[in-house]
Amino acid sequence: MVTEKEIWQYLEEVFDPEVPVLTVIDLGVVQKVSLESDVCKVTITPTYSGCPAMKRIEDDIIEKLTEKGVPKTEVELVLSPAWTTDWITEAGRKKLKEYGIAPPEDEPDKTVLFAKPVVVPCPNCGSRDTRMVSQFGSTACKAHYQCNDCLEPFDYFKCLR
Amino acid sequence: MNALFEYLVRLGDDSLIIGHRLSEWCGHGPILEEDIAMTNLSLDFIGQATSFLKYAGEVEGKGRTEDDLAYLRFDRDYRNLLLVEQPNGDFGMTIVRQFLFDAYRKLLFERLIHSKDETIAAIAAKSLKETKYHLKHSSEWVIRLGDGTEESHQRVQDSLDTLWRYTSELFYADEVDEKLVKDGVIPSMEGLESAWKASVNEVLAEATLKVPDNNWKHEGGRKGMHSEHLGYILAELQYMQRAYPGLEW
Repeated sequence: MVTEKEIWQYLEEVFDPEVPVLTVIDLGVVQKVSLESDVCKVTITPTYSGCPAMKRIEDDIIEKLTEKGVPKTEVELVLSPAWTTDWITEAGRKKLKEYGIAPPEDEPDKTVLFAKPVVVPCPNCGSRDTRMVSQFGSTACKAHYQCNDCLEPFDYFKCLR
Repeated sequence: MNALFEYLVRLGDDSLIIGHRLSEWCGHGPILEEDIAMTNLSLDFIGQATSFLKYAGEVEGKGRTEDDLAYLRFDRDYRNLLLVEQPNGDFGMTIVRQFLFDAYRKLLFERLIHSKDETIAAIAAKSLKETKYHLKHSSEWVIRLGDGTEESHQRVQDSLDTLWRYTSELFYADEVDEKLVKDGVIPSMEGLESAWKASVNEVLAEATLKVPDNNWKHEGGRKGMHSEHLGYILAELQYMQRAYPGLEW
């Protein structure tokens, strides 16, 4: 008989389809795991309202747990409490950086117009001399930056609170 | 009439239609970054529409899903604001439309997070985080264009003058709103209009734009009376489901 602890371990093998170095645990989208008789219920929360990866994550969780021998898995999507990048684990931040995506920085109030963009160290060479190219990037959760030293363009995982 | 269903459809349709309008910029943005920005915003709105319409379907209890509501209703059943269905025009027109709408949505969601309906409060809290981003983006562009060149200034001023007539509808309230406020489902919207005017005026002043003195009101969207533009949007939006009913991929 599978335990909740084992389910949490299995979920560490389910990856985010958009950022494939992060597991759903690293990303902080798994809210709850519960077991009732033979049914495993996993509660997840979306990163952004329109994140197209959520359906895929749901399917991947069911597939992984089925593969591990869990007889029946149900995935429930909840909106509250709303996800924040603060839930990305330390291990997740490290993996992001190694993958070439700058992890979220502590950003000031986003309602301030024309605020100086937050300093994001280059994940490639570590330089702090970087510039924001666009507040919007390849996916809803990222902004586009470039390093002024090594000239490498890179993604920055935006702070969402 | 089910007031809660009606209210959710209004919020969902606003999100869906403005999301669709923004998606029309895909591949046509004035610069690559803005092309990406507008499609990013579009995705947030379509996500918000999904949340609202899904819940609307559950509240209605007739087994309609968010997709049924989006793809299988006719224009008269749509409840979105006239503002959001207005054509994109040039980039300045799109930005002004977005700015007027974002300023309203931020204030609206700041109230709806206190809704006694847990699902509305949850969708509002989720959407508010995204809306703050949207408003910053549209406000900064209004200021850049308004306080930019003579031509950019003139264009956004013209857009503002054109779209202003649709702004009174942002604060439209009827028996639907009254019932939900009375039942304690949503908080009172008193002061929403003055707060909106204050926040909009602040940005317009910085953009050196003149607040239009035209007080002509153009309303009807909340009752399903739309401008001719909505039909064309739905023709495109619903084409697949109309041509191939039940199609999935």
